[in-house]
Amino acid sequence: MSTPAISLQDLDISYGDTKVVRGATFDVARGESFALVGESGSGKSTVLKAIAGLAPEWTGEISVLGKPRGHGTDRAFSEVCQMVFQDPYASLHPRKTVDTVLSEPLAIHGIGNRGARVVEMLGAVGLDRRFRFRFPHQLSGGQRQRVAIARALMLEPQVMLLDEPTSALDVSVQAEILNLLKRLRREQGLTYLMVTHNLPVVSFMCDRMAVMNKGRIVEIAPKTALYDGSFADPYTRDLYAASGGNPDADPAVAAALKTKDTA
Amino acid sequence: MLTRDWLLDDSPATLMQANLGRAWRMTTALLRNPLAVAGLLIVLLLLATALFAPWIAPESPVGQNLSARLLPPSAAHWMGTDELGRDIFSRVVYGARITLLIVALVAVISAPLGLIIGAVAGYFGGWIDRILMGLTDVFLSLPKLILALAFVAALGPGIENAIIAIAITAWPAYARIARAETLTFRNSEYIQAVRLVGGSHGRIIFRHVLPLCTSSMIVRVTLDMAGIILTAAGLGFLGLGAQPPLPEWGAMISRGRTFILDQWWVATMPGFAIILVSLGFCFLGDGLRDVLDPKQGGEK
Repeated sequence: MSTPAISLQDLDISYGDTKVVRGATFDVARGESFALVGESGSGKSTVLKAIAGLAPEWTGEISVLGKPRGHGTDRAFSEVCQMVFQDPYASLHPRKTVDTVLSEPLAIHGIGNRGARVVEMLGAVGLDRRFRFRFPHQLSGGQRQRVAIARALMLEPQVMLLDEPTSALDVSVQAEILNLLKRLRREQGLTYLMVTHNLPVVSFMCDRMAVMNKGRIVEIAPKTALYDGSFADPYTRDLYAASGGNPDADPAVAAALKTKDTA
Repeated sequence: MLTRDWLLDDSPATLMQANLGRAWRMTTALLRNPLAVAGLLIVLLLLATALFAPWIAPESPVGQNLSARLLPPSAAHWMGTDELGRDIFSRVVYGARITLLIVALVAVISAPLGLIIGAVAGYFGGWIDRILMGLTDVFLSLPKLILALAFVAALGPGIENAIIAIAITAWPAYARIARAETLTFRNSEYIQAVRLVGGSHGRIIFRHVLPLCTSSMIVRVTLDMAGIILTAAGLGFLGLGAQPPLPEWGAMISRGRTFILDQWWVATMPGFAIILVSLGFCFLGDGLRDVLDPKQGGEK
């Protein structure tokens, strides 16, 4: 087997004196879509931040595409791994146009032909080119999240970290974004590590999942477990029962399954 | 091409159009506020007066005429004459230049200085923050006028030194504001996103943090203009600012103090000018705050 896209070994993450994540260990294969599920405060977003370099206080090992990660952000890493944040209302600079936001990664990495690349990427995420010079306040939540996804894709990374990319959006828009993410993964052969608390989204988007509770990974299960409920850990069984069983019944996922991505 | 529809187009075709559209929306919002318009007119009047002083002033600001000493306001001397027979109106008009020079230079020196110090302290935090803010606190803890007095006393009286002294006393307030603003969004996701794509600290501070601090800074500087004018006038009044025969408003009041009971106009006329210009900057600052502060909905 080739080197995994993301590999965590015995990862402990802390904020100051509080340990938030303990002993996280899992591998995400190349091209796989892997979910981290758990309730609020279980440390799942923190794992993403540590991989991205935004939560530098960790011990253990993180490697991405076979290369060990340092503790901060760095330029070489930004070309292979990018992150999409949860809240599209907080992840775009209020004074910058879509064009500026999307050109910036190219400018930082000295990549030319920016205008054409921006237009091309707008098309890839299903935004009309008339959105190019709008400010964030002139965009809806779904459009903002498309811009945020486009920004993450500008450097053509192979690994995408998705931090609840749909939870701040309303149901019909969630379906659009889920379909968009699914299509982008198929077209560009991306590896996804996705944080969510929504089990139906996992069944729609992901191949495998790790369930987190109180900073520990309690179980790693394939997505088929969501259909037959074959979970080993009691906490996971409770979580599964609370989500109500049949994952396809979730309104957002049902809408996503019905409408193919039209963009 | 430059029509209203083009400016307000929801889907601008170029970056310039998008920026012009935003500027246009702000301008119209500002013009809807009557007090802001009044302030803007006063400031424009000050600018025009300073620019066209030689054509507006009927007489030389320094030309003495001892046979026309201390004349009350009349058709020939709109604001009367002072103890050396100089036309007060002409002196007030030329004084606009000095006032504007002081205000502009102080703003140009202290605002960027405070902005950068505050943004750097707020962005990095930790010991950089502690050192920079400790320095700021030292300056803030001294009364402005006293500190300015000390600097002028050390540097020697004169208009340039007064400007430097006022600028040195003005920046700590801006540093505080810039730091507070920076703290509110230094951990926000759009800043983290720039770090993730590999942006350097310098790039983040100058391209992403500073633009968000500038609007509150513009408001604060405009509101402070009145204070700057008063401090300059205070230094002039104490004889440490502009030196005679320069027609600085504060120095003029100081000279008029001797005759304030019998020849009230000598001190009052430049006093009116100071009040009017201070008021103008205050109104304009208030109006700008309504337009520029995103929390007030100016962005929506």
